[in-house]
Amino acid sequence: MMDDTDRQLINALQGGFPLCDRPFQDVARRLDIDENDVITRVQRLVDDGVLSRFGPLYDVTAFGGAVTLAAIAVPEDRFEDVTDTVNAYPEVAHNYARDHRLNMWFVVSAEDPTRIAEVLADIAMKTGLKVLDMPKTEEYFLDLRLRA
Amino acid sequence: MELTPDDATLIAAIQDGLPLTPQPYADVARQLDWTEDEVVERIRALTDSGVISRFGVIVRHHELGYRANAMVVWDVPDDAVADAAATLIRLPYVTLCYRRRRLPPTWPYNLFCMIHGRDRTLVESLAAEASHAAGLGDCPNAVLFSGRRFKQRGARYGTRPSAPRHQKEAAL
Repeated sequence: MMDDTDRQLINALQGGFPLCDRPFQDVARRLDIDENDVITRVQRLVDDGVLSRFGPLYDVTAFGGAVTLAAIAVPEDRFEDVTDTVNAYPEVAHNYARDHRLNMWFVVSAEDPTRIAEVLADIAMKTGLKVLDMPKTEEYFLDLRLRA
Repeated sequence: MELTPDDATLIAAIQDGLPLTPQPYADVARQLDWTEDEVVERIRALTDSGVISRFGVIVRHHELGYRANAMVVWDVPDDAVADAAATLIRLPYVTLCYRRRRLPPTWPYNLFCMIHGRDRTLVESLAAEASHAAGLGDCPNAVLFSGRRFKQRGARYGTRPSAPRHQKEAAL
């Protein structure tokens, strides 16, 4: 279970991580706790799956890559199989079931933009299902920080 | 920008996460046979140029108690999208706002938001509030709650043949 210190720590770390010799010490001072305590807590939060990762989040479009959002209307009895097919691609960053006729939504990103169309065509061929490709045409806002 | 081989090496070394040690950058430097300053400065440069969009923790919203996550979408007349988005992004519970192409007849919607909340009823009321606030009350819309999550992680890079291959993360 998370305590208040965990929550403060998550909120602090979502704002960024210091680029200095002893970054955990820097965070520890801000929260008025001990450096080792910070490290132990982060380790536990990663182990428990509250944090998926501790490090950088990349924007592939900043170095020539591309990202798209794709959706498929998957027959219910084929959901598991199609999930396995889609998730097998390293280019698939995340995949959510949603309550709509288009019930599978996933993000595809690749350093080589031509891979996006290849992956989507490949999934369509393997599953026999139509894959909708909805790249963003404008980004107004993205801030994935959530208050813990 | 074009990534240098050094960038790719560093990205591959840290994309699974920094070492959870008192001097994580020094440890990465040792592993790459760089200096700690080189590691820190390269991360700073990648952050400044936008290649690293955020550096810190990536939270799993479900585990943080955000059990209800909805993609809220509208079909907004093209000339009204920018104004609606300008209002939506000021709402504290909107974490993402994109315009995407419509794919009629299957998918008529062109404005997308994500709303995260602790329960479904709350998120439904926030979605209605957002519609109203942005003047989208008359636009066709849909609220798509997420069910099971099959995979959630950041995209992975530095996987070109020139960079060291790393383990593939298991699907969640």
